[in-house]
Amino acid sequence: MKTIITGAHIVDPYSGLDGLSDIAIEDGKVAAVGAGLDRAGAEIIDAAGLHLFPGLIDVHVHLREPGQEYKETIATGTRAAAAGGVTAVCAMPNTNPVNDSASVTKYILDKASREGVCRVYPVGAITKGSKGEDLAEIGELAAAGCVAVTDDGHPVSSPLVMRRAMDYARGFGLTVISHCEDLSLAAGGVMNEGEVSTLLGLPAIPSEAEESMVARDIMLASRTGVRLHLAHLSTKGSMELLRGARAAGLNVTGETAPHYFTLTDEEVKTFDAVYKMNPPLRTAADLVAVRSALSAGVVSVIATDHAPHARDEKELEFEAAANGVIGLETSLALSLALYHEGIASLKTIVSALTMGPASALGLPGGTLKVGAPADIALVDLNEKWVVEPINFQSKADNCPFAGMTLKGRAVRTIVGGVTVYSDGKITAQNIEGAK
Amino acid sequence: MAALSREEINSFLDSAEGFADIAKRPVKKVPALRGKTVVNLFFEPSTRTRVSFEIAQKRLSADAVNFTASSSSTKKGETLLDTVKNIEAMAPTVLVIRHGAAGAAHFVAARTSAAVVNAGDGRHEHPTQALLDLFTMRKHKGQIEGLKVAIIGDIANSRVARSNMHALRTMGAEVAICGPGTMLPPHPEAFGVKSCARLSDALDGADVVMALRIQKERQGVATLPSDREYATFYGIGPRSLELTKPDCIVMHPGPINRGVEISSEVVDGPRSVILQQVESGVAVRMAVVYMLAGGDRE
Repeated sequence: MKTIITGAHIVDPYSGLDGLSDIAIEDGKVAAVGAGLDRAGAEIIDAAGLHLFPGLIDVHVHLREPGQEYKETIATGTRAAAAGGVTAVCAMPNTNPVNDSASVTKYILDKASREGVCRVYPVGAITKGSKGEDLAEIGELAAAGCVAVTDDGHPVSSPLVMRRAMDYARGFGLTVISHCEDLSLAAGGVMNEGEVSTLLGLPAIPSEAEESMVARDIMLASRTGVRLHLAHLSTKGSMELLRGARAAGLNVTGETAPHYFTLTDEEVKTFDAVYKMNPPLRTAADLVAVRSALSAGVVSVIATDHAPHARDEKELEFEAAANGVIGLETSLALSLALYHEGIASLKTIVSALTMGPASALGLPGGTLKVGAPADIALVDLNEKWVVEPINFQSKADNCPFAGMTLKGRAVRTIVGGVTVYSDGKITAQNIEGAK
Repeated sequence: MAALSREEINSFLDSAEGFADIAKRPVKKVPALRGKTVVNLFFEPSTRTRVSFEIAQKRLSADAVNFTASSSSTKKGETLLDTVKNIEAMAPTVLVIRHGAAGAAHFVAARTSAAVVNAGDGRHEHPTQALLDLFTMRKHKGQIEGLKVAIIGDIANSRVARSNMHALRTMGAEVAICGPGTMLPPHPEAFGVKSCARLSDALDGADVVMALRIQKERQGVATLPSDREYATFYGIGPRSLELTKPDCIVMHPGPINRGVEISSEVVDGPRSVILQQVESGVAVRMAVVYMLAGGDRE
């Protein structure tokens, strides 16, 4: 079975492609890219006027399964991904039970193979139960299919435990993903410490709670030589620390989320918990620093920290509400806004959604070079649409972008040669048969 | 108070002037809100604020009902939203809410058709306290504009300080704040107030000194080495008042820790207007409840 997509403007930062071209898919893989491809016996998809990117990879997603299926499932979470042009997600381990053992990893992979419509890469816990004390069986997690380890949601407070985890994970070739937050300094805060928190009287988290642990983990990565990936960076200071680490040639990458380059703590003045997440929305100065770090390639990964919650966990007093926002179905458009606004080049944005995340965690995909998996997002760069969470594939609607008009949308998502999403509808039950 | 204009604040204060006379009558009751139901939703322990509101409502002839619960118990049991929906179903005219979470009154106001009075939300605001403080100041000083007001104590964690800073700045007063570094807000410029490290700088030439309660029940890492040290450096005693204007008044929102944030000599001395604040509280709360219930005296 051969498919040729014709007439699209292909942007593949990895191969340096940026222009009109055709692409041939065979056996779920990219077979050829160029003009004048042999069309004999091929299904033709006319993509004139559209852009074609490698399928987006989101390395920070909470699928909530097992254990919190009322918030989201592997089925609904991967459908949300497909609707956002995302062809692979990394599933965070803070499920119930925590993904700290091979059996949980296998459960996730099994469920994903039957019900998932995009690739699911489980991420294992660093410590047992993500309690920050004893190392999880990281070797077995790797053997079962985990692509990285993290205690996301629960920072590894002890520097010694983190150091041991780095030394140990290095032996299995795994990236350590760090949720950087000094809990003592954060002191139970629920928003960013600044002028707005001063006005609102909400307990607040200073940026140094994030930055001090970013600095610690960069130092420990330098000592241990592990591949370190810094999750959901949100502050100007973190951008500076990451810039320094990368300039020094350390094996360190960092991600930020669309909400950190789109919204600021001013939103919290509404006391609406849809603006509550951890790390919290920061100041305008932080937002500007995050945008410029993205455009300079210092931050090489955009990830959503897609964190679905049930309505009654958010419809509460700000201090009592759950942390987190969903993002899979808005990430592409919010990222493209940086291009439309002239803040970053299209190539840089596409890179942070594809090649950047693939290279941070050593994942397949993220490129359209010949032989790569045929994971593809066909995108209408200029389609305007209004964010209506009620129409999302995700089970949840804790989306702070509701009502916004965005520009740019995935019109077709292909995983391993299989079209899983097209014209607003999910078109596959799973990705069985995809390569 | 952050959202109120000078005109709105003045209209509350003017209305309270009228209600203050009622307390001097033999029959302390007017039929202004007869047939209206006011529910006092208190999710935090409170004695004086609740009693003050209740007396205000009864003097207005409103049917006052008290609902008391703990903020934390709502985590386990009913949510704030459900509580409000239940009360809403009983068609109250006004809800008075005191809650431990900042923004709780906003949350409720956005989800009910009843008028909502914020009787204190976390560390955010305590608007009726600020109004009664302004009412008391105006009575003694004639006007608020141009007054120099020193607020001393745990500013960062005080909803009373927050509401007063907003209201005083809106009314054109100068505000200086002082307290230990651990109790000062990180961004005083957000309020347009002067933050002083030394008590003497804040008290210099003040028309009004407001001492705040030092919370004895603390959690986590303490913000003070000891109450004794606090009293030494930030406590308001007779000598502190030598730095202020001679006719300076001393205020405190209560309850008082005698000998910590303020000495007994000052509390019971001639400059103290602390009990007048309590008295003003009833008149101000009558005005607030009356105006929010849709009453129009004129």
